[in-house]
Amino acid sequence: MVLTAQDLTIGYAHSRADKTVIAQDLNLELHAHELVCLVGPNGVGKSTLLRTLTSLQPKLSGNLLLKGKPLEKYTSKALAKLVSVVLTSPVQVGNMKVRNLVGLGRFPFTGLFDSRNPEDDAAVQAALEMTGAESLAERFVHELSDGERQRVMIARALAQEPMLLILDEPTAFLDLPGRVATMQLMRELAHTHGKAVLASTHDLDQAMHLADRMWLMGKDGAILQGAPEDLVLSGAFGTTFAQPNLKFDLETGNFETTQKTEQYVVLQAEGLADIWTARALRRAGFEVLVDGQPDLPRVEVVQQNARTTWKLLRNGVALEFDSIYALLLGLSA
Amino acid sequence: MQTNPPLDITQSHPPPAPRRRTAGTAIFVLLVLLLVLAFVVSLSLGSVSIPLREVVRILIGEPAIKESWGTIVLDFRLTKSITAVLVGAGLSLAGLQMQTMFRNPLADPFILGINSGASLGVALVVLSLGTAGTAFLAGLGALGDLSLALAASIGAGLVLALILLVGQRVKNPTTLLIMGLMFGYATSALTSLLIYFSSPERIQSYTIWSYGSFSGVTWNQLRVMAPVILVGLGVAVFLIKPLNALLLGEDYARSMGLNVKHARFFILLSASLLAGTVTAFCGPIGFIGVAVPHLCRNLLRNADHKVLIPAVILVGAIAALAADALAQLPGSQYVLPINVVTSLFGAPFVIWVIIRQRRGATSFTV
Repeated sequence: MVLTAQDLTIGYAHSRADKTVIAQDLNLELHAHELVCLVGPNGVGKSTLLRTLTSLQPKLSGNLLLKGKPLEKYTSKALAKLVSVVLTSPVQVGNMKVRNLVGLGRFPFTGLFDSRNPEDDAAVQAALEMTGAESLAERFVHELSDGERQRVMIARALAQEPMLLILDEPTAFLDLPGRVATMQLMRELAHTHGKAVLASTHDLDQAMHLADRMWLMGKDGAILQGAPEDLVLSGAFGTTFAQPNLKFDLETGNFETTQKTEQYVVLQAEGLADIWTARALRRAGFEVLVDGQPDLPRVEVVQQNARTTWKLLRNGVALEFDSIYALLLGLSA
Repeated sequence: MQTNPPLDITQSHPPPAPRRRTAGTAIFVLLVLLLVLAFVVSLSLGSVSIPLREVVRILIGEPAIKESWGTIVLDFRLTKSITAVLVGAGLSLAGLQMQTMFRNPLADPFILGINSGASLGVALVVLSLGTAGTAFLAGLGALGDLSLALAASIGAGLVLALILLVGQRVKNPTTLLIMGLMFGYATSALTSLLIYFSSPERIQSYTIWSYGSFSGVTWNQLRVMAPVILVGLGVAVFLIKPLNALLLGEDYARSMGLNVKHARFFILLSASLLAGTVTAFCGPIGFIGVAVPHLCRNLLRNADHKVLIPAVILVGAIAALAADALAQLPGSQYVLPINVVTSLFGAPFVIWVIIRQRRGATSFTV
């Protein structure tokens, strides 16, 4: 057990009497070798929770135990050797090489004048290797892509040699490959290197696939825990993210927009063309039927000689299109 | 345990650059040589031109060709050049500290209103007490020599105390920045009020002080100024580590175990002591404090304060000596105000450096 929260209440104390409670009575645990993803709608207090767990912000009440010892009993330096963070905002720092940025993570280990010994250099090198960032070491931070920079910021956190790594939306500013790579890196740090990793994310899809456990934070501040699949099965997922126009599909694990539609279309197609045409039609607001009354509009996909055409039969008029885009335009006309 | 190999997002990078340690050392050697040269040249320039050879002879204690040259160099120009070195080094270091702490490339040593406080102190003495007041202070003996400096120190000190007090209470450095600006406005307004009700000749002596000058500092004053500046520079050695941690912002610094409140206190103390002392003795000297840190970051392509602090001290001293040399208008009897020179010649130079630099190289996140 790395971190335990008992009856934890988080929020902001403006004065002794005036407090804003974000969430209360949280009972949470973080274990080594485990990637936990904290998910929940915007503004429920995910960042507040993470800041409290890293003692960047004081808790309102309850207990926080790191390795069984209350968090506040640690000196800030001792704490920095056990817990390190990656924050949301992308750090921009000029004229600094990656190796030096990662080296900043050695802060709690170096003396008054910040002089480095071989152990520090080795820890920096190990952090670079763990994150696959060795090849970036001699480059300047401001020349990196967002994905590379996030990798380097994780390396900096690892240079602190923590047992617990806490990341606040590490994938927020990244493109899809960057998001996938960062999530996989976090998983690897937990599974291969034995860290306890806690990351908040809005990337539900990635989190569902890669997290060992999920903390699902609802609008009331309560947190439901479990394997991603547990949360789907219990329906917690759907209710937490419930929106008037959004439905969580229990079979696919995807969120889908629920548009009320009175329009129907019959689709006759095969294979991939069928899948993607149906998808486009649904996006355009049609209910797609396989079979239907003859008075409904009818789309037929014909594939001939590696050429695909879409035939639309509506009100006795037949039209032909050479792309899905053209078909949708024709349908809306 | 199954893990997927991480996607390689690190492809297509240039080969690692060779270590620049040797280049860095060369730059430092060059800077030291340049400083020595600038120091000697500044001693030779002035309304009386003294050959470099003679300056060196005088400095190593040999008699000069003309006896008056010895007096000029040792009694007048040496104090001025030493002052320039102290001012340049002090302001540049204070500017670097403020820029790092506020993560703002526009920050300068006076951003928190230190110079406005000093100006108010001087304005109070010059404008309200006037010549009678300074004569009264002169009557106090040794203190008389320091009267303006004393007034400026008190003004700067009060603002400093206020900043340190507030600095311990605010959560966010940006709040501190705004408060400092407000202190500056408020004290400037008081100064303006004093100017508004003063006679023209008193205003003129205040204005002359506000142009800044290295030549008004006597040996007597240097005995106070030099130790304070040297202490301010010395304290910076202990601030290397906190300043480096603050490069990533206060949250990261805190997460790495830095006591941000303590760090803030000592950085503010060091920077304000430097800026306040300089202003007290030489008037508000602009530009050097904001420009030199930029020049050094560009020159060394390094953000580590272990390298930047000695660099800004050297480059700052050189810049102040160069400004002083230009202010003499070599070959003429005229002397320009130092503030005019630093900005007039310095601004185009810094613009040139900034335009040349690579995109994003000096950016801070706010």
